[in-house]
Amino acid sequence: MAQAVADPITRTPRPSYGRPAQVVATLSAREWVRFLRQKNRVFGAIGQPAVFWLLFGAGLGPTFRLPGTEATGLSYREYFFPGTVMLILLFTAIFTTISVIEDRREGFLQSVLVAPVSRWSMVLGKLVGGGALALAQGLIFLAFGVTIGIAFTPLSVLLAVVFLAICALALTALGFVFAWGTDSTQGYHAVMSVVLFPMWLLSGAFFPAEKGWLAWVLAVNPLTYGVAGLRRLLYLGVDNPPLPPGLPSMATCWGVTLLFAAVTFALSVYVAGRPSRGDLV
Amino acid sequence: MGDAEAAIEVRDVSFHYGTRRALNEVGFDVRPGELFALVGPNGGGKTTLFRLLATLVPLQHGTIRVLGHDVAREPNEVRARIGVVFQAPSVDKKLTVRENLRHQGHLYGLSGRALRAREDEMLEELGLSDRAGDLVEKLSGGLRRRVELAKGLLHRPHVVLLDEPSTGLDPGARSDLWAYLVRLQQEFGVSVLLTTHLLEEADKADRVAIIDEGSIVALDTPEALKATVGGDTISIEADDPEQLASAIREQFALEATVVETMVRLELPEAHRWIARLIEAFPGRIRSITLSQPTLEDVFIARTGHRFWAEGVQHA
Repeated sequence: MAQAVADPITRTPRPSYGRPAQVVATLSAREWVRFLRQKNRVFGAIGQPAVFWLLFGAGLGPTFRLPGTEATGLSYREYFFPGTVMLILLFTAIFTTISVIEDRREGFLQSVLVAPVSRWSMVLGKLVGGGALALAQGLIFLAFGVTIGIAFTPLSVLLAVVFLAICALALTALGFVFAWGTDSTQGYHAVMSVVLFPMWLLSGAFFPAEKGWLAWVLAVNPLTYGVAGLRRLLYLGVDNPPLPPGLPSMATCWGVTLLFAAVTFALSVYVAGRPSRGDLV
Repeated sequence: MGDAEAAIEVRDVSFHYGTRRALNEVGFDVRPGELFALVGPNGGGKTTLFRLLATLVPLQHGTIRVLGHDVAREPNEVRARIGVVFQAPSVDKKLTVRENLRHQGHLYGLSGRALRAREDEMLEELGLSDRAGDLVEKLSGGLRRRVELAKGLLHRPHVVLLDEPSTGLDPGARSDLWAYLVRLQQEFGVSVLLTTHLLEEADKADRVAIIDEGSIVALDTPEALKATVGGDTISIEADDPEQLASAIREQFALEATVVETMVRLELPEAHRWIARLIEAFPGRIRSITLSQPTLEDVFIARTGHRFWAEGVQHA
């Protein structure tokens, strides 16, 4: 094959291709290095939710009474705790996927796009890197659960880690889908305030809803099942846990969350396979 | 596959952005081991063509093959064989020089000791060895361009594509770059295609394609192209160039044309005409210049307009 060009080729090595595992590893490692070199990002993702938790807990605590939990005495800080973990995952996911826009603007992305790597491995590299960052931050905050009397067991921690990893991947993938087609960070901030933040607000993280249209919104919001699943895992093996009434079952939470991650990942790969406006500037 | 006599083969390529036509049935070959310059004003279509060659943008019409591999059907085969150096920076400024090369190597399937050796080789070749541990954001513009080059060439590609590689380089760095490209070509038999809007730079290439308004208007060695202009060029500055040009045509039966505000004449033994022209039109000639043909003259001869004016209009 290609006899005529064999001569020049003999002086250069045989071409090689990026293997998916290697591509995922190198791109996700890059996310970590960049993250750790930008100290303010570390504070931004974990600091704000933690402040929310303390202040809302202090402000709303005295008046918060959830019907059906009088006996177990669910405080607002305890109620708000799983939602805060989810908010940390969401914020980190948003910050990581903003880097998709920066990578495009700063040019790094174009060198990945012309490398011999499959598009899905490129996407997965971003999602694994960002998702792992989100998970790490979520876990740091999760440890504060002991201050509100959550009795962690090795099993509940293990399951919570796995469950949160899936949530982190799903949220990062969701952020990726929005970030890919957006050419400015300002545009992405708009998406964040109009779509991503309300999605969290209406997930049972901040307040419960049993009746009316709010209850419907909560039921169709996939993040509801992330918050509910974590809430259930925190009280794994506890008799008479302080759970709000009408919480989805653990099996439903696993199912919906896995589906959420699968769909958002598939969407990420799909959008990344299409040329975006940014490529054509 | 067997007839891959060209390093790059472009056939009948057209490209549209919406209704605007950026490329119109472009076709040419880059021969193996050749240093090929694609020159034209900004907005003339060369960046679009570059993106198509680099597999960054999908082809709309026509075919492009690189070393016998079709960019549309086998993009990864093409990607593994080309080294792309973009005009816009593609290095990660938050990483060190070596980290940038490390990630790049992984994307090209290199790893471990082999990758490490290749990194050292590239750093050495481009005089970056003592900066390997520095963050790219701490480097000067010229050094960053070298990192860019090291990154694009790390996997020792067979075909190197460079988009406006001289942008932002001082003359010294520019000639270093050319010396390096020539070395690549001679030591490794690499084929190089570069785009440039600097005509004097294209002069140093083996062959030049001039692209304007989406079409290739000339393609040959710089010497051959300049020989087609037909002798030296006289440019005359006058108050009324149109009138002067027609007077010259009438009186001397010479082909005088008006380009912008200048009257141009291309003719052999042009120096003999200078005195005659000044005597024939006293007071009407403000200045008169004699020059040997350049690629700019080729450009003007083929397109009927000046190189720069058009570039400004499109940009």
